[in-house]
Formats: sequence, structure tokens, C-alpha cells
Amino acid sequence: MMAQPQTKQDRTEARLASAGGRPSGAGWAETARDGALARVRAMGLPEKRDEYWKFTRPDTLVQPEVPEAALLETDESPVFGEVDRLKIVFVDGVFDADASDDLEMSGLRIERLADATQADIHWARDLYGTLEERGQTPVARPLAALNTALARDGVVIHVTGAVPKPVNLIYRHESETSDAMLHHVVKLDAGASLTLLENGPAAARLNGVMEVDVADGANFQHVRTQGRDHERRAVTHSFARLGTESVFKSFTLTVNGRLTRNEAVIELTGDDAAAHVAGAAMGDGDFHHDDTVFVTHDAERCESRQVFKKVLRGGAHGVFQGKILVKEGAQKTDGYQISQSLLLDDHSQFFAKPELEIYADDVACSHGSTSGAIDEEALFYLRARGVPKDIATDLMTLAFLAEAVEEIEDETLRDEITTRLQGWLERRRG
Amino acid sequence: MLDIKNLKVSLEEEDKEILKGVDLSVEAGKVHAIMGPNGSGKSTLSYVLAGRDGYDVTEGSATLDGQDILSMEPEERAAAGLFMAFQYPVEIPGVGNMTFMRTALNAQRKARGEEEMNASDFLKLVREKAKDLQIDPEMLKRPINTGFSGGEKKRNEVLQMSVLQPRMCILDETDSGLDVDAMKLVAKGVNALREQNRGFLVITHYQRLLNHIEPDVVHIMAEGRIVKTGGPELALQVEEEGYEHIKAEMA
Repeated sequence: MMAQPQTKQDRTEARLASAGGRPSGAGWAETARDGALARVRAMGLPEKRDEYWKFTRPDTLVQPEVPEAALLETDESPVFGEVDRLKIVFVDGVFDADASDDLEMSGLRIERLADATQADIHWARDLYGTLEERGQTPVARPLAALNTALARDGVVIHVTGAVPKPVNLIYRHESETSDAMLHHVVKLDAGASLTLLENGPAAARLNGVMEVDVADGANFQHVRTQGRDHERRAVTHSFARLGTESVFKSFTLTVNGRLTRNEAVIELTGDDAAAHVAGAAMGDGDFHHDDTVFVTHDAERCESRQVFKKVLRGGAHGVFQGKILVKEGAQKTDGYQISQSLLLDDHSQFFAKPELEIYADDVACSHGSTSGAIDEEALFYLRARGVPKDIATDLMTLAFLAEAVEEIEDETLRDEITTRLQGWLERRRG
Repeated sequence: MLDIKNLKVSLEEEDKEILKGVDLSVEAGKVHAIMGPNGSGKSTLSYVLAGRDGYDVTEGSATLDGQDILSMEPEERAAAGLFMAFQYPVEIPGVGNMTFMRTALNAQRKARGEEEMNASDFLKLVREKAKDLQIDPEMLKRPINTGFSGGEKKRNEVLQMSVLQPRMCILDETDSGLDVDAMKLVAKGVNALREQNRGFLVITHYQRLLNHIEPDVVHIMAEGRIVKTGGPELALQVEEEGYEHIKAEMA
């Protein structure tokens, strides 16, 4: 183990101590948790001088005290409310059985992590913390290891066939100082398919991890919204491993929130697989939003897409760190990455670090990153036809975000997200 | 209907006067044409009337039915009944043509205190107008002007004009980039809109458009002023003798 600077180690120990140690009765997860704990100690929790945290200050995600986050009062209809789905509710990071549906549906098995650890579920034992651990190289992700070590709740989903309706994880935030750690494990057997929805702020501070193992020919669709609470903070990690001819698609909508860092770590290990990760983020003022993505191509003829769009206003900050790594032998890789920000004023800032690292000679990879203001010519054109300036700006903002939203395959879900985006814009218009 | 008096306009960024006292009145039911060489200020006039940024009005006035349009926002001018067909219609990826037209129409109606048009009436209206202009329904679904040919863009301008039914239409070099067939189609669309209560100001460099949209009055603009006004025969004179000759004649 490398010696860490004293302060980093102190901070890490302080955080571990504040969490009250490893959950008791960890059962089959015990080994994974111990391993993760050792990794956290070896890596140390992130601090601002870490290269990977250059654009996002990790202090408030690491410190023992949770910064308060006021609860959002809204009479708005819940996201995905119109979708026929199986609801699983967590309140401030704790499973709420009364608010949830029965965890039973054809084509899958769902267990609560806290309960599942009591039973011997061999596939979960093999998976819990495994993808997170794999995701620690070549870049350390200590907050994910912290989660594996300490998370007390979450779900374990085993998808064996076709599932009749989406599973919706609903995250309610009811305490201004809640500190939630959720760890989900999803395993899709060969040919199985699942749509997973997530919505809500979860807590004043959330550390969320999801590990998804997509076997050959399986199909995983993921759409998530992160709530509208202005002061909430979140760091999330999605780890995915894709088998031959499998599909993984994930879209995240983020509006508001003081601090959000969403990491996606995806490994294409079977030929002809496809992974799409996309995000639309909008915020103003002290909004800080970071998408950090690492896609590894380790098989032939795989396709990956990263499409991230941010609308920033009133001094908001956006960050994108995205990497495509094409390993030796991953021929005919088709990799695409775009990150763009629309800056609605001069105070907002966007930091982008797009990276390609390619060790195969027959690949097609492209990436682009831009940041700019509303096109004045287009704005004038719309206004000259009678569209008021604020509505014209909103139309162009939605147009800007469209490429990311279009990554959502299901039309109903896509429309739902567009409606939410319109709602955010309308509220800002006043 | 449209009254422009002694209009003087400078570029905001470089203290350069482009319009040096333009006087012009377009009556309801009439088509006026402005012809002039490049750099004479024709397009600046249309932009200033439509409300584009970057110009300083230093003197004079422009009113539409007695309302001072120069103090209005571009969208207010549109609601007041002014429409400018762009020389270069802007491509706006991601904003659907239909959504845009309906938003524009209803925003104008709302601004005028009228009832908004519902989706099915709107669809019917647009389909009917599009058919007259031989616009493919597929084109309506596409984002505004995105990937449209030059002719399609200009037809889309005329389509918007037909849907929005403005009082006063300004056509800025609508013939530029069009072949004869496309020009005829556009002219047909414009002619269909000619009526007693509507005025037109057709800005063009060449006489050829005026064979298809026949003007009642022709103005020659040079160096920021209207230097000569006459009937349709003036356009033919320009075609035969060129602008230099007319300018020399006026000097």
C-alpha cells in the first residue's frame, strides 16, 4: 500500500468513522465489503488536488457532516407517474415497503439488499462489488469503493427473461440532513431485457452505485431523473459489463442540485455489443454538474455513444470528462462522443476533457466538444415571426438538448423527459 | 400603411451611416418594389424594419398603421402585422417547422388579444397552404430550414407568410439563389396573397422577379436614399440601362 499524505488518510478515516462502520450481518457480501474497505483505505477518498477531481470539488461529498439540503415543495405530478411500472420506494436512502409495490414480477427476482445479504444468493455474491472493483483501474474511484463497503440498502435484481413493465426506483428526500448510500446490483441473463427507471433526489447527500451485468444478447434500458431539490448533492457510479450482442442504454436528466457527479464506467467485453450513455443537464446559479464517463472497448465490432448536453445559466458550472479506450484487438470499434454546453450568460462555465486512447488499428472513433451561446441569427428569425424572446430561447434550448434526449429509445419515456425539460424552462420564465 | 420618413440609420459597431434619409410610403393593396445596386442600403432597410440588432436609428421614423414600429421588439412588430421574408432563411436544427409556425401564429394571436388556434385547425390550414406551394408534407415535419434546398427555404418563407397572414410583407431578395421554376412558384404564392388590405415591399437587385410579381410602384435606391420613383416601366429601364445610368441621370 502506498503511503498517503496524512491529511488524505485522516479525511478518509474520519469519513469511515462517521458512517458507523461496516453494516452488521453482511452475510455473503462480507468479503466484498472488506475488500472494498481495504481499497478505500489504499486509495484514500478524493481531494481537490486529485487529477480526476480537477474540475469538481469533492469536499462536501467526502466530509463526515452532511451539508443541509432544503426539501423541495412542489405540487407537480411525479416523474414516470403515468407509466405502468413496478415501484420500489426509498426514503432518504431506506427502503419503504409500505410505499412500494410487491417485489414480484414475471421474468425477474428482486431482493432488498439489506435482506438479500442474509440469504445466500450466489450470483449476487459473485457480482456485488465486482464491477466496481474492475472499474478501479486505470482510474481510482474511491467513493464507489466506499459505497460497496458501507451501503446498507439497495436492490438486487436478477432478470431471467422478458419483463412486462419497467422497474422504477423512487428516491424520496424527507430529511434536510440525510446521508444515503444505495447500492444496486442488476444481472441480466442471456437474452433477458429490463427497463429500469430511477427518479428523485434520494437524500440531502447521496452516494449511489449500480452494477449491471448484461449477458449475451441481453438488453438494459435505463432512464433516470435526479430530482429538483436545489441544495442536494450526489455522486453516482454506474458500472456495466456487456456481453456479446448485448445492449446497454442509459439516460440521465439532471435539473438543479448543488452538486452532481455522475460516473459511468462501461466495459464492452463481448463482440457486437452497444453501449449508449447520455445526459441532459440544466441548472443555474450554484449548480455544478459533472459527467465522468469511461468506456472500454475490449471486443470486436462494438458501438459506443456518449452524448452529453448541458444548459448553464447564472454562473452555473458544467464538467465533462469522457474517455473511450479501445484495447488491442478491439477491431471495427465504432466510438462516438460529444459533449456540448449552452451558456445562457457570460458567468457560466463549462470544462471538458474528452479523451481517446486507441490500441487497435481498424476503428472509427470521433469526439467533439463545444460550448457556446444561443445563436443570435436563429433567435432573431424566430422573433421576427412573432415568437417572444423567452419562448424562442426555450425552443432553442430544447433543440439543443434534443440529441441527448433522443438517445432514449422508448417514445413514452422520451416524451416524459421532454415534458420535464419544458416544465423547468417554463418555471424559469415565470 | 407603412410610412417611412427621413429614416437615417448607422451601423452600431462602426459609426457608418447606411441609410441617409429614406422616405417611402406603401399603401394597402399596393406592391412597391425597391431596386438598387449592391451596397445601396436595401437590405439594411428591411432589417431595420424587422428589428434586427446592430443598427442605430439616428433620425426619422417608421410607422405601420400609425404605430411606431421602431420602438417595438421584433416579435411585437410581427404581431402588429409586419413580416419580412429573409434573403437567407436561417436553419434551426432541432426546432420542428410545424411547432415553430404554430408557436409563432398563436403568440401573435395572443399578443393581439385573439383566440389561439387549436392543433387540428392549424394542421388543416398549413396542409392547405403547403399544397398550393407544392411543399411536401415531409418537409413540414423537418426542423426549420434544415437541409432545405434554396428553393425549399424560400417556399417555406412564403408558406409562413400565408399562414401568418401579415398586413405588410417585406420580401428581401427573395429571388436570390432561385432558378426560374422556383421563382415562379414563389411568385405565385406571393401573388395569391395580394389583396386590398395588404401591402408589399419587394426588395430586389434584378428586374426578373418583377416579371412575376408585378409592382405598382418602383423605387430606385442608391447610397442610402430613394433616388427615383416611378411605375413598372422604371424596372425595365434599370434592366436595359443599368443603375449607373440612372444614378448619373439623377446627379
